[in-house]
Amino acid sequence: MINEKARIIKSERLADQVFSTVFDSRIAEPAYPGQFVMVGTKSDSRLLRRPISICEADREKGTIRLVYRAVGYGTKELSEAKSGDSFDILGPIGTGFPLDAAQDKKQIILAGGGIGAPPLLQLARALRRTGIGKDSITAVLGYRSMKSGLFLNEEFSAEVNVILSTDDGSVGTRGTVVDALKERDLKPDIIYACGPLPMLKAVKDFAADSFIPAFISLEERMACGMGVCLGCMVKTAGRDSHSHVNNARICTEGPVFNAEEVVL
Amino acid sequence: MNPENINTTVNIAGVSFKNPVMNASGTFGSGMEYYEFVDLNRLGAVVTKGVAPEPWEGNPVPRITETPSGMLNAIGLQNPGIDVFTERDLGFLSEFNTNVIVNVCGHSEDEYLQVVERLSDDDRVNMLEINVSCPNVKKGGIAFGTDPKELQKITAAVKRKSLKPIIMKLSPNVTSIADMAKAAEAGGADAVSLINTLTGMKIDIYKRSFSLANKTGGLSGPAIRPVAVRMVYEASHAVGIPVIGMGGITSAEDAIEFIMAGASAVAVGMYNFHDPSAMIKIIDGIGDFLSENHIADINEIIGCVK
Repeated sequence: MINEKARIIKSERLADQVFSTVFDSRIAEPAYPGQFVMVGTKSDSRLLRRPISICEADREKGTIRLVYRAVGYGTKELSEAKSGDSFDILGPIGTGFPLDAAQDKKQIILAGGGIGAPPLLQLARALRRTGIGKDSITAVLGYRSMKSGLFLNEEFSAEVNVILSTDDGSVGTRGTVVDALKERDLKPDIIYACGPLPMLKAVKDFAADSFIPAFISLEERMACGMGVCLGCMVKTAGRDSHSHVNNARICTEGPVFNAEEVVL
Repeated sequence: MNPENINTTVNIAGVSFKNPVMNASGTFGSGMEYYEFVDLNRLGAVVTKGVAPEPWEGNPVPRITETPSGMLNAIGLQNPGIDVFTERDLGFLSEFNTNVIVNVCGHSEDEYLQVVERLSDDDRVNMLEINVSCPNVKKGGIAFGTDPKELQKITAAVKRKSLKPIIMKLSPNVTSIADMAKAAEAGGADAVSLINTLTGMKIDIYKRSFSLANKTGGLSGPAIRPVAVRMVYEASHAVGIPVIGMGGITSAEDAIEFIMAGASAVAVGMYNFHDPSAMIKIIDGIGDFLSENHIADINEIIGCVK
């Protein structure tokens, strides 16, 4: 794991409240799809770092890109920062999406609800690099509305098939990404998902009903990102390896879990 | 002054610490996860996360929320129980040249004693810290730590079972910390550590609910430091046994403040989350402070502010 002061080289707004920040970072080298970083604030009184998923890690350029919704103090501060500004970054953290699980699968679904989409972009690229064709991967991306703005959909389109949903039906299917999945009658062989908890529950149920594997990325309040504070727990079906009590650490055993192994 | 000629060794209850810096229980696991940032051999001690006779699930999430210059936590002492702990955590820690202080928790006096007995003749353990001050578990924990009579009673019970020196970890959620320190001393404690977290609450006004699932949590971080310094001062003047001070330490200067208030050693808690290398910087900074101020022995400044 790397703890560094990383410099911003590009910062932009993608949609309503959604921002993209690219850092010069050594974390690009070890980063794996689905991992995240802990970003510090510049405030002397906001001492906890913020967990933010890695949207892209470019090993050649040595850059990582974070795409996030600016909702609290830390993400707003990050969204307002300019090229040249530096932030304390710790990472890469956690267990990401298993690429092996997608091998030999004909219909691979990447389900991204709202600000859950960013880590799936790095996954899409990584899956393509393993030799999987574009036609075998479909990203189902859910947004609030056309008015609040779409983001990353064009970058996904360069890698994989894309279908869209919006809460108000202004673009694509009206409803959630799971509604879009059902409406198109796609028959997934595997689902990778990241998004709000109700959506992940729906993905978990859909996968269980379809007897297919699903890997879902979870989030929770956390203090350390190191696996020691035991703040970011998810209930697990079996005994966890760390505390032996049916709790897994989202920062360490996760954030990506096999859906059937967690209780949501 | 040449840093090599400076003594940073402190002695607590017959146990020698190469320097006065350790982690606060619960903020560092057993040190395993921090191996890339902290050489455990450099620490005065590693203080483990609290361990009970059986595994504890802890509280529902959210367990963590940020507050001004601090945080609230309500983890609920999730731990794997003494069997896994002795094999995995103590096995790991035995590889390092540092003191091992095991933090002990329980729902009842009997549960504390079960852990104490298990560790009493374990050579890998140097001291036991008895957690009678966790605000986040309903039974045990703070129940023993807010009544001087109860505290003295459990201290005496632990001392009867333990061959190891005993540190009683005190709660700040009391009227008189001096009375609590005296009760621990009267029960036979070899040292006291303080302060554990202050009970607090945060409300999410948009959700009209508590920020923590447990409703209340323990406040830690720099926000509590002045309270902690005051209590370390009061406790160290009330008892003859050593005091280990903690509460919002972020720097060598903060650590020195506690030492001057009367602490023989200090623990770093929440700041390990902010900066995983914090303890190493604090150890180096203490050396620099002593050197720059021509202090040959750290023991000269323990409790120097009367």
